[in-house]
Amino acid sequence: MKTRVFVTLKTSVFDPQGRTIVEALQSMGYAAVRDVRQGKFFELDVDAATADEARTIAAEVADKLLANPVIESYRVEVDEAAVGVDRQ
Amino acid sequence: MKFAIIEFPGSNCDHDAYHATKHVLGQQAEFIWHKDTDLRGADVVVLPGGFSYGDYLRTGAIARFSPVMARVREFADGGGPVIGICNGFQVLLEAGLLEGALLRNRALKFLCQHVHVRVEQTDTPFTDGATAGQVLRLPIAHGEGNYYAPPEKVASLEASRQVIFRYCAADGSVVDTANPNGSLDAIAGVCNPRRNVVGLMPHPERACESALGSADGLVVLESAIAAVVAKGAA
Repeated sequence: MKTRVFVTLKTSVFDPQGRTIVEALQSMGYAAVRDVRQGKFFELDVDAATADEARTIAAEVADKLLANPVIESYRVEVDEAAVGVDRQ
Repeated sequence: MKFAIIEFPGSNCDHDAYHATKHVLGQQAEFIWHKDTDLRGADVVVLPGGFSYGDYLRTGAIARFSPVMARVREFADGGGPVIGICNGFQVLLEAGLLEGALLRNRALKFLCQHVHVRVEQTDTPFTDGATAGQVLRLPIAHGEGNYYAPPEKVASLEASRQVIFRYCAADGSVVDTANPNGSLDAIAGVCNPRRNVVGLMPHPERACESALGSADGLVVLESAIAAVVAKGAA
């Protein structure tokens, strides 16, 4: 089951890469882009019977490995449905 | 006494640590491969600098799951002195043996230069031969050394005197221009609550001979030797 994990720096943590990107965009004339946060995207192929099971496994591996809880938060999506595991 | 130098795939300061402990300080030193599950009677464990696992995912994030890390944790839990230098510091943070995290340097540049750090606390096995406030000139070589912890955690580390090294100017003053990477409170190194595990971004093991630009790092490794000798005599 295709399961996606999005990892970003917590909003309380300064993201110098995002800052550099937004400054570049603004200098290109995209004043409408007010902020950018850069993150990581993981696409997991999970052997799971249900979306819930896939979500649980993905959240577990995000907690243990994909994200560092000191500085990062993550969001899990299974298939097309954006669903509720959203941990800050 | 014996230093164990842990080698992960991608470690590249393992030989610097070996040279400093064995050839400069005349101690026993042994490389321990990350898949080993035996520290072979080591008195001090060194997690060296480098790019373990190519820094994939996050610095130190994969190395913390290496088999040897279970032994390092037991050794630390038993009070054994453990030092993580640069990437080794990153591994200790990821493993939860130390608190906080290291972000990209604030200027997004890899920094390779000498800096000054001030020894803030001397009641650790790696600083007990130093004097409080002593300024060391040490090299740094990192892209992700920007120490971060939530503000309340930084406050508690400060309150419990767990900040061991701080970036400073040559005269010891802590000023922003002497902070190379944007670390909160200019933190260059911290210890655990028990004070036997220390991690820092600068490289004391690369500053053990004046021919290499500085011998200020000797005090860190000599402190560890003295600490082990004192413990054995106690």
